[in-house]
Amino acid sequence: MTEMAGTSSPGGVQIDLVSGARMDTLTSMEKIRMILDGVREGNIVILEEGLTPDEETKLIEVTMAEISPDEFEGIEVETYPQPDRSGGGLLSRIIGSDRPQKLTVIGPANQIETLHKDESLISALVSRQ
Amino acid sequence: MGLLTDIRDSITRAVDGLFAGTEPKRIGIYGPPNAGKTTLANRIASDWAEAEMGTESHIPHETRRATRQENIEIERDGKTVTIDIVDTPGVTTKVDYKEFLEHDMDKEEAIQRSREATEGVAEAMHWLREDVDGVIYVLDSTTDPFTQVNTMLIGIIESKRLPVLIFANKTDLDAANVTRIENAFPQHETVPLSALEGDNMESVYQKIAEYFG
Repeated sequence: MTEMAGTSSPGGVQIDLVSGARMDTLTSMEKIRMILDGVREGNIVILEEGLTPDEETKLIEVTMAEISPDEFEGIEVETYPQPDRSGGGLLSRIIGSDRPQKLTVIGPANQIETLHKDESLISALVSRQ
Repeated sequence: MGLLTDIRDSITRAVDGLFAGTEPKRIGIYGPPNAGKTTLANRIASDWAEAEMGTESHIPHETRRATRQENIEIERDGKTVTIDIVDTPGVTTKVDYKEFLEHDMDKEEAIQRSREATEGVAEAMHWLREDVDGVIYVLDSTTDPFTQVNTMLIGIIESKRLPVLIFANKTDLDAANVTRIENAFPQHETVPLSALEGDNMESVYQKIAEYFG
């Protein structure tokens, strides 16, 4: 994944749009590594299909382990809210389908600021490092 | 003697198994920093166990280790519900030590606090993944509940099929807006309260007994 997590250009901010198909080939830890490597380079990572709740838990844990004063403050994450699962089909309720289908934007905490968020719109300000 | 010992051990295991389902449920108190989790934990612990769980403060990340108060017996409708309360550090995706400099700390102190805060968040997530049977999610009703951390944590809790109650805290403040929290998470029951003033605690204990008993 290192080819994707390149260094942001000094003149701008690199945005990595990652398809669901690409994420499907990765293990949970590989996904988290890809995201954090990208974000620590100053990139904005956009996931077409997001992470599972378990992966989100691990993302928070690994992020916390990597926070370092004056170097890495952590991440800003934005997704649309998950739909109420009680409205899902019987099969998905029985098997506990937690396959994410939510566009997710992840960036360095010191570079991305959410301006507005509601059920259908995320508006964010991204600055250079 | 060996045979007798084996038989006695087998009986002990069987009896332990029979009573395993009656062990107190561990209820994690979760939420973002400064929502009033420790104030609530202290209120519950002092009301039912004459104990105190942690230090309350307006400085974010005052609670940096999860603490458990065991065997809190809450009486409701003639029944007694026994739970363990776990007060957890506020969950966030970022910690900037410079935030603590605004609270009369020098740089070294602020960096130390931020390190402990990050460890505390990781610890809280570990408890959520492994060791809690239910969740009380505490929100400050004077702030916007529609944040990513709240959305993400509620999603994680739902995915684990844990029973969850949302507590809209700080209703004693003028800016409190409980409806905003109800609208943000309509799939869950929201209970308004002021843990600091002890307002509406009767309803709080009623719901705890109902959800986690």
